[in-house]
Amino acid sequence: MLKIENLHARIEEKEILKGLSLTIGEGEVHAIMGPNGSGKSTLASVLAGREDYEVTEGTVTFNGKDLLDMPAEERAREGLFLAFQYPVEIPGVSNMNFLKAAVGEIRKHRGLEALTAKEFLQLVKEKSQLVELDGQLANRAVNEGFSGGEKKRNEIFQMAMLNPSMCVLDETDSGLDIDALRIVSEGVNAMRDGKRSFVIITHYQRLLDHIVPDFVHVLYKGKIVKSGTKELALELEEKGYDWLKEMEEAK
Amino acid sequence: MAYEGDELLENVTSKEYEFGFTTNIESDKAPAGLNEDIIRLISSKKNEPQWLLDWRLEAFEIFQKMTEPEWAHVKYEKPNLQAISFYAAPKQKKVLNSLDEMDPELRKTMEKLGISIEEQKRLSGVAVDFVMDSVSVATSFKEKLGELGIIFCSISDAVQEYPELIKKYLGTVIPRTDNYYAALNSAVFTDGSFCYIPKGVRCPMELSTYFRINEAGTGQFERTLLIADEESYVSYLEGCTAPQRDENQLHAAVVELVAMRDAEIKYSTVQNWYPGDKDGKGGIFNFVTKRGMCEGANSKISWTQVETGSAITWKYPSCVLKGDNSVGEFYSVAVTNHFQQADTGTKMIHIGKNTKSTIISKGISSGHSQNSYRGLVQIGKNASNARNFSQCDSLLMTDTSGAHTFPYIEVNNSTAKVEHEATTSKIGEDQIFYCLQRGLDQEQAVSMIVNGYAKDVLNKLPMEFAVEAQKLLAISLEGSVG
Ligand SMILES: Nc1ncnc2c1ncn2[C@@H]1O[C@H](COP(=O)(O)OP(=O)(O)OP(=O)(O)O)[C@@H](O)[C@H]1O
Ligand SMILES: [Mg+2]
Repeated sequence: MLKIENLHARIEEKEILKGLSLTIGEGEVHAIMGPNGSGKSTLASVLAGREDYEVTEGTVTFNGKDLLDMPAEERAREGLFLAFQYPVEIPGVSNMNFLKAAVGEIRKHRGLEALTAKEFLQLVKEKSQLVELDGQLANRAVNEGFSGGEKKRNEIFQMAMLNPSMCVLDETDSGLDIDALRIVSEGVNAMRDGKRSFVIITHYQRLLDHIVPDFVHVLYKGKIVKSGTKELALELEEKGYDWLKEMEEAK
Repeated sequence: MAYEGDELLENVTSKEYEFGFTTNIESDKAPAGLNEDIIRLISSKKNEPQWLLDWRLEAFEIFQKMTEPEWAHVKYEKPNLQAISFYAAPKQKKVLNSLDEMDPELRKTMEKLGISIEEQKRLSGVAVDFVMDSVSVATSFKEKLGELGIIFCSISDAVQEYPELIKKYLGTVIPRTDNYYAALNSAVFTDGSFCYIPKGVRCPMELSTYFRINEAGTGQFERTLLIADEESYVSYLEGCTAPQRDENQLHAAVVELVAMRDAEIKYSTVQNWYPGDKDGKGGIFNFVTKRGMCEGANSKISWTQVETGSAITWKYPSCVLKGDNSVGEFYSVAVTNHFQQADTGTKMIHIGKNTKSTIISKGISSGHSQNSYRGLVQIGKNASNARNFSQCDSLLMTDTSGAHTFPYIEVNNSTAKVEHEATTSKIGEDQIFYCLQRGLDQEQAVSMIVNGYAKDVLNKLPMEFAVEAQKLLAISLEGSVG
């Protein structure tokens, strides 16, 4: 479904991704871990099409199409969703209007009929229950004045509304309290249907207890230096990253 | 646009012109230049009473002693008044045979605004078949207002039909000595609107210049006088969202509002005059004086404006809060793009006790434009317990545009409370990217963010206007992020 090969990307003359390769099959859940500054959010931004980053080498195919050739909005319409590490506030724009426009564009792109107002409200109701999002929040301006945890929950709510096939979650667990972590994880699990794929960026093994990944990768200095199954996350939790860093430096 | 039957009405209107204006002046055009004879000519062509001619001549005398103001944060070449013809008979718009003859750029914009084909035809002067039914639409509109005793007509007609009202109120809110352009307007105004709402009457519909019977478009020196008698209410709309072109570069309108005891006036403007091209060539100079007098106790005047057009805008809709407990409001969104310059804001003059004013100004600057807010809050020595709240926000779309805030506050009463807040921000690339990531394109993203930013003001517009104004903001800023 998503195939990243030898990806190099830089920002302001600084190379951040240095030959990253990763293949994600249909329905798979991949966790990406790695020290601060290793390039995890950069990877997410490059996949989502942020123009500040320049891809200097490598390819990314998404459902057989050249992802890097598409503008950001087209990637979203094709089914790529990014839950941001730091969701932005858009004052004065109601969450509902925002989602209505987004759902409309995405459905149009996928050749689906526009939802009626009633159908849309029904969808909002259903999906907000999934992450137990307070109905009031749906009516407020996008993320404005939301607490850190509410913002993260809102990301997952939007994800559920937009029905993507490839979900990239950038540290969705950070800032969540214990209950919220469980709720959000359950929401994500409910969306695992054997077809939809996930890339879950996290620092904590704790999240992976809830959302059990098929694969775990370690990103270090812009490359994947180790891949394994969920046991790798446990090992990292125990030993930290130093042993991997040393191994890398030795090369 | 939002009004059913508008197009029909306008049709009737232009037909009426065709079949004879008040006098036989179809082919008249005064020689260029400004002098007493020209003013005499204007006055006699309009068959005005002697007192009005004298009033104009005095205004001209005042005008001659004044110099063009230079304090505004705008740069332009001063218009050469001796090159302007100050009197031209109302002329028919050039009639096009079909929409294909219309400027394609203009047409594209109209389509984006969602203006119907019929409406597009009307605005661009395409000949439309005359529909018999339209006569009844126009008549029923007139009848309805007439039954309530509401007067709504051109100022020239009002001079003929209601001379005592004109004499009583003309120039009382904005004296001829007020400023250079107000003096000029007083000397040479040729058209505009007059409106009177009698005591205790709530005007049941939004009054719009656009709707007015017997009027052909906006003039160069428009004069508007609106009087709301005791306990009355009116909502008045000026302008429209469709792009307006005009061969006259200089526009200097005067708008005077008077609200008596317990009366309320809501005055909304959407200004979309031609702003000049991308390189800053051409475009209209819009030097307007607008002021409302809250004459009676508990009266209220609200100005709401969406300013997207003109090469240069110089405009400060103000309120004089004379009556005790009177309320003044100013809500403004001013967008500048390319090389546009806007210097706009308000004056709130608190004279009566317990008077209250609110100012919300949202500036949006793009391209190489300059956008300034200039506001005065003045609390007189007898205005005990006066309150003002001002919020002036600026949003920059580009690094090459400018936003400026010039607040002036004068407080002469220690019980007054004046609050001023100001912010300047740059449109967030993060916000735009967030929208793109949710499947919206760049234009939708900018439109959404800008409309969110301006929401507090747009919400004050009458519904029909608000929807169009939202689209207008988006169009004015197309391709402008950088
Ligand atoms: N605009 C920028 N200019 C220069 N360097 C940048 C810029 N944006 C990011 N970087 C650098 O790129 C590197 C990778 O950042 P990135 O945000 O991808 O890390 P991360 O793995 O997500 O870290 P964290 O775990 O802290 O979220 C960092 O060293 C960061 O400082
Ligand atoms: Mg990160």
